[in-house]
Amino acid sequence: MSTSLRTEEMILNVGPQHPSTHGVFRLVVTLDGEQIIDADPVVGYLHRGTEKLAEGLQYTQIIPYTDRLDYLAAMLNNYALVHTVEYALDLEIPARAEYLRVIVMELNRIASHLLFLGTYLLDLGAMSPFLYVFQERERIVQLFNEICGARLTYNYMRVGGVKWDAPPGWIEKVRDFIPFMREKVKMYDKLISGNEIFLHRVRGIGVITKEDALQYSLSGINLRSTGIAFDLRKNRPYSLYNQFEFDVVTGKNGDCFDRYYLHLEEIRQSLRIVEQAVAQIPEGPVLGKVPKLIRVPAGEYYRSIEGARGELGVYIVSDGKDKPYRLKLRRPSFVNLQILRKLLIGQSMANLIAILGAVDIVLGEVDA
Amino acid sequence: MFSWQTQPLTWMHFLGMLIGAVIVLFLVLFIVMYTIYFERKVIGWMQNRIGPNRVGPFGLLQSAADVFKLLLKEDIIPANADRPMFLIAPIIAFVPSFMVLAVIPYTATHIFTAGLNVGVLYYIALSSISIVGIVLGGWASNNKYSLVGGLRSAAQMISYEIPLGLSILGVIMLAGSLNLNTIVTHQATDRFGWYIIPQIIGFVVFVIAAIAELNRTPFDLPEAESELVAGYFTEYTGFRFAFYMLAEYVYVFAISALGTTLFLGGWEGPFLPSWLWFAIKTSAFIFFLFWVRATMPRIRIDQLMGFAWKVLIPVALFNILLTGALSLIL
Repeated sequence: MSTSLRTEEMILNVGPQHPSTHGVFRLVVTLDGEQIIDADPVVGYLHRGTEKLAEGLQYTQIIPYTDRLDYLAAMLNNYALVHTVEYALDLEIPARAEYLRVIVMELNRIASHLLFLGTYLLDLGAMSPFLYVFQERERIVQLFNEICGARLTYNYMRVGGVKWDAPPGWIEKVRDFIPFMREKVKMYDKLISGNEIFLHRVRGIGVITKEDALQYSLSGINLRSTGIAFDLRKNRPYSLYNQFEFDVVTGKNGDCFDRYYLHLEEIRQSLRIVEQAVAQIPEGPVLGKVPKLIRVPAGEYYRSIEGARGELGVYIVSDGKDKPYRLKLRRPSFVNLQILRKLLIGQSMANLIAILGAVDIVLGEVDA
Repeated sequence: MFSWQTQPLTWMHFLGMLIGAVIVLFLVLFIVMYTIYFERKVIGWMQNRIGPNRVGPFGLLQSAADVFKLLLKEDIIPANADRPMFLIAPIIAFVPSFMVLAVIPYTATHIFTAGLNVGVLYYIALSSISIVGIVLGGWASNNKYSLVGGLRSAAQMISYEIPLGLSILGVIMLAGSLNLNTIVTHQATDRFGWYIIPQIIGFVVFVIAAIAELNRTPFDLPEAESELVAGYFTEYTGFRFAFYMLAEYVYVFAISALGTTLFLGGWEGPFLPSWLWFAIKTSAFIFFLFWVRATMPRIRIDQLMGFAWKVLIPVALFNILLTGALSLIL
């Protein structure tokens, strides 16, 4: 008579309708008891074919489509596209426009990181932070609403500058926001970073090694959490970033806690940039001299920026017409997601959500 | 003092007891409905929200509206569910939650509550039956999330039953009785006052174990929304779902009442009528449970089990030892 129990692997289908897959993400998990022995991410539920659609659109018309990629950081997406087109056209951008862009981009980064904090804590079972972060995010969203008339999909940037100048008093409002936000970051640090239960759930969980991070071509906080100081704002400066003082913060262990903490630190750094930009912003036009019909000279162009989630790149193949021949988007969420399977195998089921949440994906960007 | 127990059992007395029990039942149902409202308001306040404010003045009728909505919902039974078990599971979970209330002494003149001599034991024993309902519901739903939720709660609630029982032992040693009424009267005359003072370790263990028994944050793993969708009642709809919900909140009230009785002196207190003292203390206890819910993230399942066996049980045992030693010396 056999003494061992007969056990069976269980296949658990997490998502696409699941409260913590952050949208329509599906993960087919094979479980042996509580242990994950395989995890197969299934993406594409939000695929809208942005890249294909772009081939039939003029460059200015593509901008609103980029809003819908990473909908938590639409300003950064806007910029990635117009930046590449400007690079291809070799355009001169008015100084005020460039400053406004930096301000809104960094504010958007703050808003996006705030939402990460909220949703990550919600994934771990703490309900309140999610509602708290929305208050600060609301202030940022209100600022965006005043400058471009939209709260989520901004469509604010144009090739050669920005669509609208800041309304009177707007710069002062941003200036007032900085100390307010600093206090709040301090508060979150106090409330969350020292919570024993939270630490037990994220310390040493989902560790990414430096080698893995490079091999999987990770970028953004996922890369920096392993200790590699790579930030495109510093390493390949674009826009005005070489004029501002800020640090590239890195983690030590590459675990979920480092990834959480880097989000807080990056909010602090972004606030520093906004503070300097607000102090220096000059007067002047906000839209440069741009031809009515933008024709990108034939050739291939690639520019990438430091998005909220990593290297956000736009690759344009042009045959000299007013529409791109091919537009390829390097979406950081999609690339970062590839390591998820490796991180999950061998972990227990209870860590699944903690790891998935810390990789920080936005499904609009993963599926494009 | 008038007590039904001392009376001979006649039809008239039986009728009297029945009417009393029904009154208590409806009163508790009413309280539980407003516990839900209270929770939503308190947590809303802590999270800078407003909470329910649409149905009735200050949203006072919100819970009633929710219950009616659930009553009118279609009762869906999954095709592959184990039908008889699926139907009976919520009832098994629900009925003991009301039965435990029979022994709670709400007032000094406990006319309609049973002065059972093994009151504490009765409470612990009956509340264990609810676990069967939860596991059955998780199993019978034939859903993987339900199954994991049901098994998790079985593991969790059985583990935490032990420290809960052990934490109460210290009180029983001091009072020398399992009867809840006697425990309260003892606290009124005890030289240390309420048992929260001599039994502070026991009280801490009791509160932690109680939260885990209730499946509330930070121990709400069986229904961990972000992991298991809704845990063991994922497949339940309509009034069967309401049964599980109600059972949960009745237990919130019941365990707060038990904690009040054992550690906070029950209905005992100066000036105010005894039922008011009981209400104030119980509300404070309930408020504490809500407060914890609004502030804590969720603990992980393996850490949860380790915490029960490696921390809470030794601490509770030490408390018993300490109580025994001290009562010999003092």
